[in-house]
Amino acid sequence: MSYIKPKFHHPQSPQNDLGYIKSDYEGAISTLCAGCGHDSISSAIAQACFEMAIEPHKLAKLSGIGCSSKTPAYFLSNSHGFNSVHGRMPSIATGANLANRDLIYFGVSGDGDTASIGMGQFVHVARRNLNMVYIVMNNGCYGLTKGQDSATADVGSVSKAGSKNMFQTVDLVSMALELGASFVARSFSGDKAQLIPLIKAAISHPGFAFIDVISPCVTFNNNVGSTKTYDYVREHVKYTSTVDFVPEAEEITVEYAEGESKAVKLHDGSYLQLQKLAPDWNPQDRFAVYEKLHRAKQTGEILTGLLYIDTESQDLHQLLNTIKQPLNTLNEKDLYLGNEVLERINAGFR
Amino acid sequence: MTKINDFVVRFANVNGTGSASANNMFAKAIFRMGIPVSPKNIFPSNIQGLPTWYEVRVSEKGYLGRREGVDLLVGVNPQSLTQDIATVKTGGYFLYDNSKKLHKEFSRDDIHFIGVPMIELCMQHYSDARQRQLFKNMVYVGTLSVLLDIEMQVLVGIIEDEFQNKTKLIAPNVQALELGRNYVKEYYQYPLDIRLERRDLIGNKILVDGNTACGLGAVYAGATVAAWYPITPSTSVVNAFEKYAKKLRVDKESGQNKFAIVQAEDELAAIGMVIGANWNGARAFTATSGPGVSLMTEFLGLAYYAEIPTILINVQRGGPSTGMPTRTQQADILSTAYASHGDTKQVLLFPSTPKECFDMTAQAFDLAEQLQTPVVLMTDLDLGMNDHISEPFSWDESQIYQRGKVLTANDLENMAKFGRYLDVDDDGICYRTIPGTHPTKGSYFTRGTSHDEFARYTEDGGAYTRKAERLLKKWHTAKTYMPKPLFYQEKSNQSLGVVFFGTTTYAALEAIELLENQGVKLDAMRILAFPFTDSVEEFIAQHEQVFVIEQNRDAQFRTLLINELEINPKKLLKVLNYDGSPITADAICQQIENHLNHAKPQSNHQYVVHKA
Ligand SMILES: Cc1ncc(C[n+]2csc(CCOP(=O)(O)OP(=O)(O)O)c2C)c(N)n1
Ligand code: SF4
Ligand SMILES: [Mg+2]
Repeated sequence: MSYIKPKFHHPQSPQNDLGYIKSDYEGAISTLCAGCGHDSISSAIAQACFEMAIEPHKLAKLSGIGCSSKTPAYFLSNSHGFNSVHGRMPSIATGANLANRDLIYFGVSGDGDTASIGMGQFVHVARRNLNMVYIVMNNGCYGLTKGQDSATADVGSVSKAGSKNMFQTVDLVSMALELGASFVARSFSGDKAQLIPLIKAAISHPGFAFIDVISPCVTFNNNVGSTKTYDYVREHVKYTSTVDFVPEAEEITVEYAEGESKAVKLHDGSYLQLQKLAPDWNPQDRFAVYEKLHRAKQTGEILTGLLYIDTESQDLHQLLNTIKQPLNTLNEKDLYLGNEVLERINAGFR
Repeated sequence: MTKINDFVVRFANVNGTGSASANNMFAKAIFRMGIPVSPKNIFPSNIQGLPTWYEVRVSEKGYLGRREGVDLLVGVNPQSLTQDIATVKTGGYFLYDNSKKLHKEFSRDDIHFIGVPMIELCMQHYSDARQRQLFKNMVYVGTLSVLLDIEMQVLVGIIEDEFQNKTKLIAPNVQALELGRNYVKEYYQYPLDIRLERRDLIGNKILVDGNTACGLGAVYAGATVAAWYPITPSTSVVNAFEKYAKKLRVDKESGQNKFAIVQAEDELAAIGMVIGANWNGARAFTATSGPGVSLMTEFLGLAYYAEIPTILINVQRGGPSTGMPTRTQQADILSTAYASHGDTKQVLLFPSTPKECFDMTAQAFDLAEQLQTPVVLMTDLDLGMNDHISEPFSWDESQIYQRGKVLTANDLENMAKFGRYLDVDDDGICYRTIPGTHPTKGSYFTRGTSHDEFARYTEDGGAYTRKAERLLKKWHTAKTYMPKPLFYQEKSNQSLGVVFFGTTTYAALEAIELLENQGVKLDAMRILAFPFTDSVEEFIAQHEQVFVIEQNRDAQFRTLLINELEINPKKLLKVLNYDGSPITADAICQQIENHLNHAKPQSNHQYVVHKA
């Protein structure tokens, strides 16, 4: 069943710079389980887009298959969406982006969708530095097919059925880093204060922006012994930084003590104001980040925040040297070649 | 018996030794002498060291299919000598390098051996090892030019064209030709009883391979995105697209590309990118072969069901599995026609010449957008990778891209309600919107899950059935968009018919003539597209028996006809070839004759083949 939410505009609803109110960024009523982490992420996405005053039709939502991949129906109903096939969202996003470089591409996937069936496409979209946001709603299991372990389940994590995962875990954040992703973050569905600015930053980042969001599955993986429960994550989470997203037009107003903060200028002129909670964290030093992630894995800490950013990277369009004008706007006028050219080509085959 | 302009020459080479350009020059020279010629590469799935063959059929009558039996074999591959000598027809010729003596065991009394010390001549004249190897190839071309009467100025002209930008290389190449010419003039009688004579049978035709034509067709059709994964024999489609795009589609001012080509991680990603780009309003395509099509099927189902234009060029090769990667077949008919699980049907086009590859590639983009569905161009290795004589490429200047039912911001502004899958025109084809068109109208959620007219998820049986049946209605509409079959008689009035498609055409047309000479008359129809147009059904209905000629074991095209048109299977007779080389007219004649001789005499008709 699918419901369309009644549109009710409260006269006092705050408007963003475009005159839209928050509900303009919402979608159909979610059919996910009550308490599912994915719903919180959907709402964070809607909130981030509202606050950034994104024109809904300038954003395309893309997903694979899974409970997580259903969520694009539950936010931004004025945006085009594409719920593709299992694990193949990155290729759809790549084609869509090549066709029109002017839209924002917002990809949503699950840990099964990305770390198992879609691993190949995830790897390659990252290394091509496609300009998109890629969110994995990571619950360590296959929600939609009733709770089987996924490849992001930690070794020893206990499933609802009581069995322990024996296999090595895939850490998507380390992988993304290894693959050259130019923006890598981790967050938690239960921490919107952290997640919303990260989503904004990811949207502003002109390259592949990956956010691994731990998102508990209340139905199949919220039991004692699982490492993806609300409680477990809260106990083990460690913040590397808090991020404030400062839009281009605004000034940085909050002052932090020397050494505790860092302002990262993004390509579109906006800033990320990072308040460092881990004092020696440098999110522009890929190797240091990589090492710290590995150490944290050994101590069981879940590092969250903006882990890495490269503000100078070249996205796929730059690498392919395509024209600024979106390819999907080229028409006969731009593309017509005529018979004369063809006649010259013919002559070469005689 | 002297045979002018009617023989087969086969070159036996080692791959990776630069023989290809010499062999091409040989075929091109015949083409430039105005004589119909059809060269075929027979090559292994290997980069260096294994045997390759290049077979050239010369036919004044314009028979351009393959023919069994070699009249002259150029045997410069010691590995395949035994086999090569055996393929020469009685009375034929074996031209070889006698720098080393040919062992007695290779001798055959019924053929002529022509030894030319190719390596030795090259050793004497060139010092560089690579040059010795390359020019050895030119030596045999020179030899052949004397034996077969190829005009020297034609050869020199080809060399000059080829080395336009490296004029230094012209003289040594011509010199190598002369080495071969002089030797054979001194030691052998020439020309042979098989030889060439200039004709004027080519007109303004061109000699080109189908893959180049497809790549060029995509450029002309306005494709801006190509995504692909390398696989023989389709690779050169995208290579050609890239070559022409780089020449013709770079913005002069900025130096930036008006196209994007991505070598994907696999075929799943390649077709996904194509679907994503078409969904987003660009013209995008991919090219692959059997194994790639297998991987693409899940996505082809999505594109069918969510109704997204998708353009795929399937250059078929020998299957199943990895099969014979470098041999030809038409064996993906059923798997492509019904590609993907569930009730799916895919639109197919069947070109048989490079000109048709060009035209139909362009047409595939129009059809895909008009019908909002995948369109697959079904070519094959023979068409794609071998040169064929073809009508020249041309473009109708008045032609505009048919983008189908796409709504603009203005349309959306002026319409009461938009539903992505509302059948407004009652033809099964709905209106689509491109992301980013309008701030508040026209957005929808594309999905491969079952959906209602407004693209909303539903498991309601009624809504599901409405969609399934609307797709069928669209399929019927599609018939009226398809290119019509071609008939080779003014009026069909024989009781026997023959049906063929794609590269089978070459041998089929020759076979029809041969059979006619023997008193067997057939009405012929070449099918160009699936779904089948009404005229296909009519033709089959008009004939008592219809032969279906195709290049696969299971008579897949025949099955498709039976399945789609509900034809009595007994009516359609199989004529097949599936050994990996192009079907020959002889094979077709023989199978048709067998059918006729074994057919039970029916009422007034009795088919007997009278041998001329
Ligand atoms: C090719 C294919 N295989 C299997 C499935 C069945 N399937 C649907 S969702 C899913 C797993 C989803 O897991 P995940 O991506 O983690 O999403 P979640 O439901 O946990 O959010 C599977 C295996 C499918 N849809 N397609
Ligand atoms: S099964 Fe799990 S992942 Fe799926 S909706 Fe329910 S809680 Fe969320
Ligand atoms: Mg999951």
